[in-house]
Amino acid sequence: MAIMTSKKSDFKRPDGRRVDELRKIVAKVGVIPNADGSAMFSFGDTVAIAAVYGPRQLHPQHMQDPSTGILRCNYDLLSFSVYDRKKPGPSRRSQEISKVTEWALLPAIDLSAFPNTVVDVQIYILQADAGTRTAGINAASMALAHAGIPMKDLICSVALGKTDQTLIVDLTKEEEDYHEGEGATDFAIAKLANHDEFTLMQMDGKIQPEKVKELLEMANKACSEICEIQTKALKAVVENSSGSLEENQNE
Amino acid sequence: MSSMDVSNLTKETLRKMFSEGKRFDGRGLIDFRDISVEYGVSNKAEGSARVRIGKTEVVVGVKLQTGAPYPDSQDKGNLMVSGDLLPLASPRYESGPPGFNAVELPRLVDRAIRGSDMIELKKLCIKEGELVWTVIIDVYPINDDGNMIDASSIGAIAALHNTLMPEIDEKGKIDYEKKTKNKLPLSKETLPLSFSFFKLGDSLILDPTREEEEACDTRITFGISQWNGQIMLNSCQKKGELPLTQAEVEKIMEILPEKFGEISKKLKNFL
Repeated sequence: MAIMTSKKSDFKRPDGRRVDELRKIVAKVGVIPNADGSAMFSFGDTVAIAAVYGPRQLHPQHMQDPSTGILRCNYDLLSFSVYDRKKPGPSRRSQEISKVTEWALLPAIDLSAFPNTVVDVQIYILQADAGTRTAGINAASMALAHAGIPMKDLICSVALGKTDQTLIVDLTKEEEDYHEGEGATDFAIAKLANHDEFTLMQMDGKIQPEKVKELLEMANKACSEICEIQTKALKAVVENSSGSLEENQNE
Repeated sequence: MSSMDVSNLTKETLRKMFSEGKRFDGRGLIDFRDISVEYGVSNKAEGSARVRIGKTEVVVGVKLQTGAPYPDSQDKGNLMVSGDLLPLASPRYESGPPGFNAVELPRLVDRAIRGSDMIELKKLCIKEGELVWTVIIDVYPINDDGNMIDASSIGAIAALHNTLMPEIDEKGKIDYEKKTKNKLPLSKETLPLSFSFFKLGDSLILDPTREEEEACDTRITFGISQWNGQIMLNSCQKKGELPLTQAEVEKIMEILPEKFGEISKKLKNFL
């Protein structure tokens, strides 16, 4: 599908990408041997890893649900993943992202066969250059599939945005910090790869309501590209029973 | 979406009624309850406001402090929003460390205001690199009968409009007892508001009561404002386990500008 920006402006992407072009994606499955499922996903300089442990016994016991297993996500930045060292330990920001990540993933999975258990998803950012929550969700989705959790679809996530009047996909930190004209807008989205179901929507910036439709179309296109790479990485680990880490790139 | 459940019977009844466009209190699905704004909750604050939407009530205060600027914004004042879900305001609120809702509420108020550029933070710089004003907005629900986020946003902008700067001496020390007649540097045009849409079944509603809110599965909140003559979305956050479809998001985009116009007009009587 051709993507048209509603109005041309002078904005040129610093790294020379087209408006609808994702950064180089690297996806690997099975990066943490101890975990029941694990994956790494990167958009350019943003690198996320995710590990899945479970279904396993849930403690504390009072949180157990006899009708289904529950999903528990934790997202955080490693202290050295950003220029200004991040104080270790949960922040308000990471608590919020952990929770929205949980909601982003839940519609794809079914834990009803595992009552009283928990599936723990641990997501950490090794290197941050914007889009960390979306990279984390992509990694977590692959890790869940790798762990053999019943899923009806993969979850794909991408940050859309707007710099001045230009709609773009997969912003870098430099683009997020754009200040000219209408400034920068960051719109993180996750959806089921093959369903019309948006499971994460978070936005900051300035965008006209009438532009959101076009943005969602861009999200659909980007997510199908991401899904293809995720699928390829998952297939590679199955075909390669030795579990060697094959690189899958979109270029 | 809440740890305390409404009964399945209530939820099912509400789902049916919403699908027929009806609500317990007779409102249309996207109608707000009556909104009122009062000022002067505390004369020790630089600005304060009390907002009521139906039985929901929230008080918001603005305090000003001086201090060093953040390393990445040497020539700008700072904005901080915090708040607490006091057990006073609802049987659902508990004392102890803040839960997700207590963390999320001030963050959403903050993002709607910050994204809109309503406060001209550059004008809050006293001496570049050394001394700037910090605007602290504190939000306290007094009675939670649903739609706390939208109510808190209204409270925050009202309290900001109500704020008078205190006097400071050459060293930057504030005399809180002496208020000047100077208001905060606020954009005249920009009135950032929040609209939280709640979904139950296939229906979307605005301004839920607590009962309706607890029956709903998913919430999506938008911060919206006017900026350089255009209506702009400034923030968005979806909450809850169930997804939204593209058609639902597009429907919200049609409702938003109209609703923004209607509520802004109402609020201008109070500001």
